[in-house]
Amino acid sequence: MNNFKVLVNGIIKENPTFVLLLGMCPTLGTTSSAINGMSMGLATMCVLILSNLIIASIKKLIPDAVRIPSYIVVIASLVTVLQMVIKAYAPDIDKSLGLFIPLIVVNCIILGRAESFAAKNGPIASIFDGIGIGLGFTLGLTSLGAVRELLGTGSIFGVTLWGESYGMLMFVLAPGAFLVLGYLIVLFNKITKKA
Amino acid sequence: MDYVLNLILIIIVAIFVNNVVLAQFLGICPFLGVSKKVDTASGMGMAVTAVLVVATIVTYLLQVYVLNAFGLQYLQTIAFILVIAALVQMIEIILKKTMPALYQALGVFLPLITTNCCILGVAILVIQKDYDLLEGIVYALSTGIGFLLAMVLFAGLREQLDLIDVPKSFRGVPIALVTAGLLAMAFMGFSGVDGGLKILFGL
Repeated sequence: MNNFKVLVNGIIKENPTFVLLLGMCPTLGTTSSAINGMSMGLATMCVLILSNLIIASIKKLIPDAVRIPSYIVVIASLVTVLQMVIKAYAPDIDKSLGLFIPLIVVNCIILGRAESFAAKNGPIASIFDGIGIGLGFTLGLTSLGAVRELLGTGSIFGVTLWGESYGMLMFVLAPGAFLVLGYLIVLFNKITKKA
Repeated sequence: MDYVLNLILIIIVAIFVNNVVLAQFLGICPFLGVSKKVDTASGMGMAVTAVLVVATIVTYLLQVYVLNAFGLQYLQTIAFILVIAALVQMIEIILKKTMPALYQALGVFLPLITTNCCILGVAILVIQKDYDLLEGIVYALSTGIGFLLAMVLFAGLREQLDLIDVPKSFRGVPIALVTAGLLAMAFMGFSGVDGGLKILFGL
């Protein structure tokens, strides 16, 4: 499989949000607006690319029996670094994502890709897999956030599209997350299965 | 007296108002993954509740006596996830030896719990909210009960869904998500209850 195929695979065929349904907690919890969804997606993508690269490079040094704990330590260290960077340079994002930044550690996408891709492929291919899956995840979260923001407050990326008086708060709150994701998955399946 | 009322408030808020699954979006994977049958859902719910309480106690002590004592707060994420992973393994081994019947009932769910984000989430939240140990335990226990409640309600709904003719493209996960949305909407009826109780209790 060449690197470009790996990239596209992550965005469409194995899209983590709409097809694999992995990492549902941040998907639902951080997408109250498009910008929140996008920052969560990008944060996860950073960790994913680096963890894929590191794990693919050191996989020969790790004994098979302790590979999962070793992966978790690698991922947790990366998340800790990311947490500090976000806290220092983007305190607003830190405030709006809150608890979900440390919870990137238990995002099944990252451990899943380490186990199913990085442990079997070289570092370069693993970077591309990280970018592809990361972009797929970011795309999923951004579109979910955009739809919720548009329906809920009538704006997108903070830009108001129709009057200030418009508002269906339900879509910004918890039920909207489940409903919108359900409908988006149906839409995604319709489009990709036909193509 | 105020302390007891405060504990009661924590219990009610954690179970109904800020339900861990339906309002805080923690533990969605098992919520969607093992909720096809009521008995597996309740088994998972009980396993999570047990691990939540034990993990909260251990991570609280770790935070106070190791991380805070030595100024290592930045290691929180790494330390907590490793302790939780080790703890789940240990609980599995202990249960297998001492309570084989319970192990049989919960066995399959235990390994899955390590990556359940509500365990790590609650452990971090207890520290963030500045709870003392007893408040933390009560919070963890009631969060677990809230999880169990959401799981059982959702599994009950999904069992009924099997009997219905669902449109083809909605089958499987999409209709489950829409159902979860309706359940979350029902739970939104509890929002504001915490404010009322606070006034009632005079806190």
